[in-house]
Amino acid sequence: MIHIAINKKLHGASADMQLDVNFEIKDGDFVALSGKSGSGKTTLLRILAGLEEANGIIHVEEEIWLDNNICKAVQKREIGFVFQDYALFDNMSVLQNLLYVKKDLVLANHLLHVTELTELKDRSPSTLSGGQKQRVALCRAMMKRPKILLLDEPLSALDPVMRSKLQNEIIALHKEFKTTTIMVSHDPSEIYRLSNRVLVLEDGKIINDGSTKDVLLRTKGSQKFSFEGELLEIKKVDVIFIAIIAIGQQLVEVVVGEDETKNLNIGDVVNVSTKAFSPTITQ
Amino acid sequence: MIDILNSINYTPFLLSFKLAGITTLILFILCLPLAWYLSQTTSKSKPFLEAITALPIVLPPSVIGFYILYALSYNSPIGAFFKETLGIDLIFNFTGLVIASCFYSLPFMVQPLQSGFESLNKNMLEASYISGKSRFTTVLKVALPNIKPALMTAIIVTFAHTVGEFGVVLMIGGSIPDETKVASVAIYEMVEIMDYTSAHIYSGIMLVMSFLVLLGVYTFNQKQKFSGFIK
Repeated sequence: MIHIAINKKLHGASADMQLDVNFEIKDGDFVALSGKSGSGKTTLLRILAGLEEANGIIHVEEEIWLDNNICKAVQKREIGFVFQDYALFDNMSVLQNLLYVKKDLVLANHLLHVTELTELKDRSPSTLSGGQKQRVALCRAMMKRPKILLLDEPLSALDPVMRSKLQNEIIALHKEFKTTTIMVSHDPSEIYRLSNRVLVLEDGKIINDGSTKDVLLRTKGSQKFSFEGELLEIKKVDVIFIAIIAIGQQLVEVVVGEDETKNLNIGDVVNVSTKAFSPTITQ
Repeated sequence: MIDILNSINYTPFLLSFKLAGITTLILFILCLPLAWYLSQTTSKSKPFLEAITALPIVLPPSVIGFYILYALSYNSPIGAFFKETLGIDLIFNFTGLVIASCFYSLPFMVQPLQSGFESLNKNMLEASYISGKSRFTTVLKVALPNIKPALMTAIIVTFAHTVGEFGVVLMIGGSIPDETKVASVAIYEMVEIMDYTSAHIYSGIMLVMSFLVLLGVYTFNQKQKFSGFIK
């Protein structure tokens, strides 16, 4: 069990705010940390890692990492951290990057095998693709067999195919090592595939906390399809009005009544929902 | 021609290189922690420290020479302490030259190292701390190997700049043959006594060597596609 209750004043882009969170995580959980940029997600990870100071307590199992008197040094905390920009040691080969953390050749070779990097183990990180670099970073973070694995938007710089591949590898490693994991992510499908709990942060406070399904499937009542999108345009075609709405990367057209158009403004964030009795799924 | 080259006394060059070598080594050891601190700190004292380390670039060598001469002479507490307690003279000998050169060449070691450290990805350093490594190990195994061009620039330019100093060494060391008469001082004396042949040969050697050193640095840095020289 990990108990985190911390408080820190943050100097945000627009205004100062207070990061104030208090939550517990069960061992072996995979928690996704979501929310707008500037809401304090990365800072929270950095405080957990010991890279930034804060007031409060962090208890990991029986150990105290942070309280009024103790602040365990970053070197002593049993964490793995995967940065968005990989942060590999450019002066070392792939294998040396792993062995730098711990001289455990068996574990290093195993991790490289799981992530299909064995062939590349003598290469310099600067010659690798983004996806390969991030797999090396993931392996490096696991070399300490950490109690907590922290992932800071690890896949946001990768293309969809590579993302999906890396998600599988993260799942495989999580199953094998049972490492309690906290991942910052904006991508709902990624959160859904990987995590079993979601914390949503806004202005430094947790505004939503629940199982992945409860938080992500935004359905009300009996409505089964519900999407949030941005209203781009309302055009009049003959006698009807058509709203163009951007949902994720997809644009959709929805017929709206004349009365409804009066309450809608371009740029509004709107909810599009329907009772889908028999939707069609094709590949 | 060969007779003339053979008849030249090369001791001043050897002295210059010995002085530059020792100065570079001392400055490297002293400046590494200082440059690291300056690159990592957000303290309000940083601009003051940066201004102090950069002073030797803008001050006339005569000003630096005058202050160091005063500080090391028997008239000051420092000079008096060394003379009376330890029995060591600090001026008009080689030791004095090394001390003066360390002040004079300080910025040429600190600045490339500092900008090299500052150019490093902060996350890479943090990744090393998270891997359980101390600051010392991180500097040695991660930071330094990743700023090789800046390291080369710092060492070579400090060496070359020390070989090239004149005003400060003349004030602190005078011109004692085989002790403090370095190449630049020897050339000055040759011109004064109108021995233009020797002055030409000495100056020619200095010119060619300095050019080759700089060419070496810039070629290396171009290959590394990185320049860590003075910001």
